[in-house]
Amino acid sequence: MAKITYVTHENEKHTIEVQNGLTVMEGAVQNDIPGIDADCGGGMACATCHVYVKEDWFNKLPKKEDGEDDMLDMAFEPKTNSRLSCQIIVSDEIDGLEVNIPSKQA
Amino acid sequence: MNKTDALIIGAGPTGLFTAHQLKLIGLDCEIVDNLDKIGGQCIELYPDKPIYDIPAVPECTGEELTNNLISQLKPFDIKFHLSERVEKVKKEDTNWLVKTSSGNTFLTPNVIIAGGVGSFEPRKFAPKECEKYENKSLFYSVKDKKIFKGKTVSIFGGGDSALDWAIELSKDCKINLIHRRDEFRGAQATVDKMQELVKSGKINLFTKYQMANAQGDQKLESIDIKHDNNEIKNLKSDYVLGFFGLIMQLGPIANWGLNLNKKTIEVDTEKFETNQKGIYAVGDICNYPGKLKLILSGFHEGALAARACFKLARPNEKYRFEFTTTSSNLLKRLGKKE
Repeated sequence: MAKITYVTHENEKHTIEVQNGLTVMEGAVQNDIPGIDADCGGGMACATCHVYVKEDWFNKLPKKEDGEDDMLDMAFEPKTNSRLSCQIIVSDEIDGLEVNIPSKQA
Repeated sequence: MNKTDALIIGAGPTGLFTAHQLKLIGLDCEIVDNLDKIGGQCIELYPDKPIYDIPAVPECTGEELTNNLISQLKPFDIKFHLSERVEKVKKEDTNWLVKTSSGNTFLTPNVIIAGGVGSFEPRKFAPKECEKYENKSLFYSVKDKKIFKGKTVSIFGGGDSALDWAIELSKDCKINLIHRRDEFRGAQATVDKMQELVKSGKINLFTKYQMANAQGDQKLESIDIKHDNNEIKNLKSDYVLGFFGLIMQLGPIANWGLNLNKKTIEVDTEKFETNQKGIYAVGDICNYPGKLKLILSGFHEGALAARACFKLARPNEKYRFEFTTTSSNLLKRLGKKE
């Protein structure tokens, strides 16, 4: 279990306990967090689960795998700290992670 | 006006197999899709990615799956209406009157929505100012490359579309190529070619930059691009091209009076009918307790929806279940028997 905090563009904070093994995207979708669409369902094929991760956490997360940056090219307003939340797998190590949701996904 | 027993919206795997099932039980159908090709997400999002969970097909790519489904439809005569989006669906007596973006109309008792997550639309630039120039000086696809001749064109993106157009247009235009990072996801040979043109001064390359603003009274005059370190550059530009791929939008489906749940449509699990009689939803776009977004589920849902269509298309006939292995009716339709 890890506590993940989703911060919406309107600065509302939703802190949720997400089971290990799920992705940060699934934690959001299962708990109806607004702003994460995840159209493709976690296939790294749509870039609509795009989030920003603050620098300290960004560097702690496992690195992006092949293809994630390609997909982020398509995201709405990508930044250097952009990630696809479907590619961040929840574990005890990321307890306390905070992600910021962009103003929109497309 | 096209009259048909069933109209399928969406030419992805689910739409294609639903068409197969309709034709097999003796109904006519036509298919509309917003994309310019058959295959839906399989062909647009992952043509080269292998899929491992199609029953009895250990491994196949999105493109192979699409080609196999198309060849399974060979015995049948099915009319495809590509590059058309269904805009309006209206009740007319016992039928539905369907209108597409190209002005085509259909009259049918059955509409099957096999729309995935909606229709594919180009992803757009983030700054609001860009909208003003859309389809005038700012485009998300190239329809007529002649208009760019001798002009300054700023091209955004890091994939094959952006690179191919930068290379092609550099022959007789001044090209700025702008991408958000140093790596390009286009084919290596294309990236090499582009780098050569950068060296020879035919293409001005700006990496780690993104669109920040667009200026100009009626016509576009210049754009601002912003570096990762917040530095802003102004580029004189007559035209802008953005290639950020496609995104799925539910689009007009949202206005048809259907019970929606987020981006999905609620259906029953007997007919896969929506809250509107004669409108069905199958594949990724439908929702019911236990729904799985798998291609195999779409096949099942389409097969059942096709049987439900029979009742409305042939109210005076009785549908009889038959196997393709033994039924001479079905074998005739499949062209395997005289």
